[in-house]
This record gives sequence, C-alpha cells and structure tokens, in this order.
Amino acid sequence: MTDSNVIAGPVAKDPRPEGSRGGWRVVAAKELADHLYSGRFIVLLGVLGIATAAAVFAASGGIRDIAPDAEGITALFLKLFTVTVDPVPFPLIIFVSFLAPLLGIMFGFDSVNGERAQGTLPRLLSQPIHRDEVILGKFVAGISVIAVMLSALVLFVAGIGIFRLGVTPSLQETTRLFVWVILAVVYVAFWQGLATLVSVRTSRAATSALVPVGIWLVLALFGNFIFSAVAGVISPADGTDAGLLANARAEQAVSQISPINLFEQGSTVLLDPEVRATGLLTLEQVDRAIISELNLAQSLGIVWPQMVLLIAMTAAMFALAYVSFMKQEVRA
Amino acid sequence: MPSAIRTVGLTKHYDEVAVVDGLDLDIETGEVFGLLGPNGAGKTTTILMLLGLTEPTAGSMEVLGLDPRRHPLEVKRHVGYLPDAVGFYDDLTGRQNLKFTARLNHIEDADARIEGLLVQVGLEPAADQPAGEYSRGMKQRLGLADALVKEPSILILDEPTTAIDPEGVAEILDLIRGLAVQKGVTVLLSSHLLNQVQAVCDRVAIFVDGVVIAQGRPHDLAAEQVGHARVEFRFDDDAEIALRRLEEIDTVEDVIHGRVPGSWIATLDIGTLPATVNRLVSDGSRLTGVRRVDEDLDAIYRRYFEGEEVSA
Repeated sequence: MTDSNVIAGPVAKDPRPEGSRGGWRVVAAKELADHLYSGRFIVLLGVLGIATAAAVFAASGGIRDIAPDAEGITALFLKLFTVTVDPVPFPLIIFVSFLAPLLGIMFGFDSVNGERAQGTLPRLLSQPIHRDEVILGKFVAGISVIAVMLSALVLFVAGIGIFRLGVTPSLQETTRLFVWVILAVVYVAFWQGLATLVSVRTSRAATSALVPVGIWLVLALFGNFIFSAVAGVISPADGTDAGLLANARAEQAVSQISPINLFEQGSTVLLDPEVRATGLLTLEQVDRAIISELNLAQSLGIVWPQMVLLIAMTAAMFALAYVSFMKQEVRA
Repeated sequence: MPSAIRTVGLTKHYDEVAVVDGLDLDIETGEVFGLLGPNGAGKTTTILMLLGLTEPTAGSMEVLGLDPRRHPLEVKRHVGYLPDAVGFYDDLTGRQNLKFTARLNHIEDADARIEGLLVQVGLEPAADQPAGEYSRGMKQRLGLADALVKEPSILILDEPTTAIDPEGVAEILDLIRGLAVQKGVTVLLSSHLLNQVQAVCDRVAIFVDGVVIAQGRPHDLAAEQVGHARVEFRFDDDAEIALRRLEEIDTVEDVIHGRVPGSWIATLDIGTLPATVNRLVSDGSRLTGVRRVDEDLDAIYRRYFEGEEVSA
C-alpha cells in the first residue's frame, strides 16, 4: 500500500491508540450468519445429506454381507468410508473428494464481488477496520461453515454405521477420522480460497462462480486423462519395463498438482490402514510383504507429502486472494 | 478555526492520467463545503484519498490533523462517509445494517442511537424491512443514517441527493445544515447539482477535470464576474420593436433571446444599467421586468463547463 512517489505529509502525533484488531470478528460473525441463513447452505446441506445417506446405507449393507468372512479386519468401521458397493459406484471418500469442492466454491465465489455489486464495499471499508480484516473475516466464516458441515457429515455417517453395523469405532479409527476431517477442511478451503481469489479479480458473480466450477470439473472429470497425456510427453512409455515405470512415475508426479488427487490419496491412506503406499509398488516391493495394518503414525508418514502439499496449495490460494484484495482499488 | 480537512497539491494518477491534479483545499471546522463538478471530475477519487482508501500519487493531506495514509483507522473513526450509489446488505433489514456498522465501530448499546437516526432520516416505518426492498431514495437516507452512526466530526457525502425526490432533497439538505449548525459537524458535500450546493454550502470549490477552477463563497464567486453582466429585459411590446430599441443603445453590446417569448438578454456594463432602463422607458418601451441572469452560480458553473468544452 505504500508508494515511493508519495510525499509524506505532516503527521500529527495521535495520542489515541490505533484501535483493536477485532473488526474481523464482526465481519466473520455477520458472514457466518449470512451463510447459515442462506438458501444455498440449506440446499447444499440437503443434497449432501441425502447423497451421503444413500452411500452409507449401501456401504453398511455391503459390509454386513462380508462381515462374517471378515474375521481379521480390525478397522471394519472405516470400511464405511472406503468400500465400494453396488449400486453406488464409488466409495464415500471419492464422493467427498468429488462433491466437497462445491461447498468451498459456494462460500467463496461472491464474497468480494458480491460486496461490490451491492455497493457495500466502500461503506464497509470506510469503517474503522483494517482492510485485511474484511477478507480475513470472510475466510474464517467460510472455513467455519465448511468445518461444521464436514464434521456433521462424518458424525452422520458414523451414527448410521454404528446403528447398522453395531460396531463402534476404536480410538485409532476415531483419530484417523478426525485427521481426515481436518484434511477435508483444508481441501475444501483450497476451493474456497480459489473462489475468493476469482471473486476478487472478477466483477461479476456469474463469472466468478463459473471459473472455479470449471477448474473443478476439468480436474475431477478429465484430470487423470490430462495427467497421463502430459506424462506421455515428458516420459513416453517406450514398451520397456523401465520406460513403463518411468512413465507411470511421471504421471504420478504430474497428478500431484491436482488437489483432488492429493486429497484422494491422502484419504485412502488415512482411512484404510492396509494401504501402505500412495504411488506405485513394483512386484519386488510387494513380494513377501507381510499383510498387516499400519498404525496412524505410519499412515501419516506415508501421506505426509500429500498433506503438506495440499496445505501449501490452500495457503497459497488464500495468500493470493489476500494480496490481490489488499492491492485493489476500492472502485474497480 | 483549525482546518478540518487540508490538502496541498493532492494528485492522483490512474494510468498516467491525472484524475486529481494538485488539489489545494482548506476546509474549516464546522463548515459546509461543497465540491461541485460534473461526473468524472475527480470528486470521488478525492474523497477516497481523504479516507485513506486510495493512495495519492503526490501531495499531502490532513484530516482532523492526521494523515489518512498513516492513521487510516483514526481518521475513519471520526469521518462518516456516504458513498455515491450507496449499497446495503439486501438480506438484512435497514436496522440490522446500521447495527452492523455500529458493531464495526465498537459502539455498545447503539439501539437508541440507531432508532433516533432512523426517525431523523424518516425511515422509521421501513426500518424492519429488508434493505433489498428499499428504493434508491430510501437507501440514500439509510446511507445518511449509516454515516451518522459513529457520531462523526466530519461528514463526507458523495452525491447525497441523487435519486431523492425534490421534497426529500429539501429535508436532507435541512438535516445536513442542521448537523453543521447544531453539532458543529464539518460537512464535505460533493455534487453535480449546483442549486443544492448553493443552498447549503458555506463555501464551494468548482472542480473540473481534476482541477479546482474557482473556490469561495457562492456569493463572492458570483461577484467575481464584475464589469460585464447579462441582464434579461422583459417587454410588453412587440418583440422585434423591443429588440431594435435595445440594440440602438450604445452601451448594450450583445442581445440574444431570453427565456420567455418577448424577453431579451443583453450584455452590458453593469454601471450603465440604470441609464439603459431610463432610455428604454423614455423610448416608450413598456418594460415589465429587468433581471440579472448571471448573478447565480448556475451561470458561472455553466460558463466554466462551456469553457472546458471549448478548450478540450
């Protein structure tokens, strides 16, 4: 906000303090109320609730069918989230990784240009609060709603699971779920950050909704296709074993730029103690491996890169949105 | 009286274009100051700089003795601002919108104050309707109440009367005037409507293309145009005869059509006006009215604009 051309004016010493930085709480409280009373929140909650219920009923039914043979499975409860059963074509974690971005986009896409369109931004910024408190309050409110919704979703699934399976989650499973919810909040916050960034940069809410939704759809539907194409260019599969391996490794590496892939890999490892790698395992590596369950620390060790990368991407989105908002003229 | 707002050489460039160019303002405490200019003259940009919402390219400014760049919060705590085309959160009621502003200003127990303001701006009956249902005029009134919630010592109003019906305009202007007189609030009012500025302002700056081209009391500004004056003569005669008689007089320089049929506007030295009237009467003209037409700011304002257009 400083300009080297500015000639400093005479500055009177101000005896009063510059004031508390509590303005973001006021903004956050208002935004939170707006979100909770908004139609889009209720619609999303309904859609997610119904879809989750359908998925979890199918999953719990499937688990009941295999339960008699599942003597050795200790983390039976977590299977609710990872098992695929007809007629639902994918497990709950994939469902979350696919649909949850909508949550973030919903609570971010008009956060700044909505104020512009309503003409409230100049009025808001002329109040005695720092400009960063406005965007901070909006972030906090969005993330709070997301956290509440995802926690509710997981508790809902757990409740149905306990009721239908009669199995209560162990401490280890509960901890895994808890870490997974945090990861999911970070993942959804990435989309909120992206939507907020677009909302700062564009003037129309329709545009700022379409851009993140477009990115989300492309990554979710065509992501793997694009990544394998890119990997084919970087490291073509030439038919040899080494070539194939290099190609697969390249694809794996390239796919890490998609938060969807990062979250899916992270979820799979976190919620399935039997998964011991996120990437490729060669036959030699699997050969004579003892099939056993990992403990939480080991699982975390495996997905640490994905988690850190996802957190970094989310932080970067927020930082970009923050900086462009701070540098922007009040009248665009 | 100390200055409430003072700027020296305040300049703002957008993409190398000077929107505000070397503005010098000195507004006294308790004064109602009018910033008069057409749309795009740089009025809003000036206001945003005074609030610390836009960085000036050059120059210095002081609001209540503080530099808004260094103490934006202090300045904004004491300056109430009604933006041009003010907006409110559509889903909140008028009252809730004001409460939000009160909370942002850390005002406890603002209910009574808000109630009083709603009555003052005549919005009490609609206070619990969603602001989205308000007309533009109602939003403008709510905006005025909103700017007053923090009990400011300076009130900056950007086009406060747009979209308000004539009756409402008079009320709003009275309210503004009353605030200045009773509570000693300094008011900076920007407008493109001259008669409103003239009605309430102690002093006026005419602002065109980022430059102040005239500044002073409305009356003094008009008096600057001494010497030649434009005078409208109304006759109860045949228009052509009246015109001929006017043009026969040596001191009359230029005659054009007046605003009503049968009237003529003549340019003459103001000192010769009594003699001119005598001459017309002695010539047998049935003179029914004589009126200086460029005494009001309107003509000055328009002439400046015309001048701008010519030079542009």
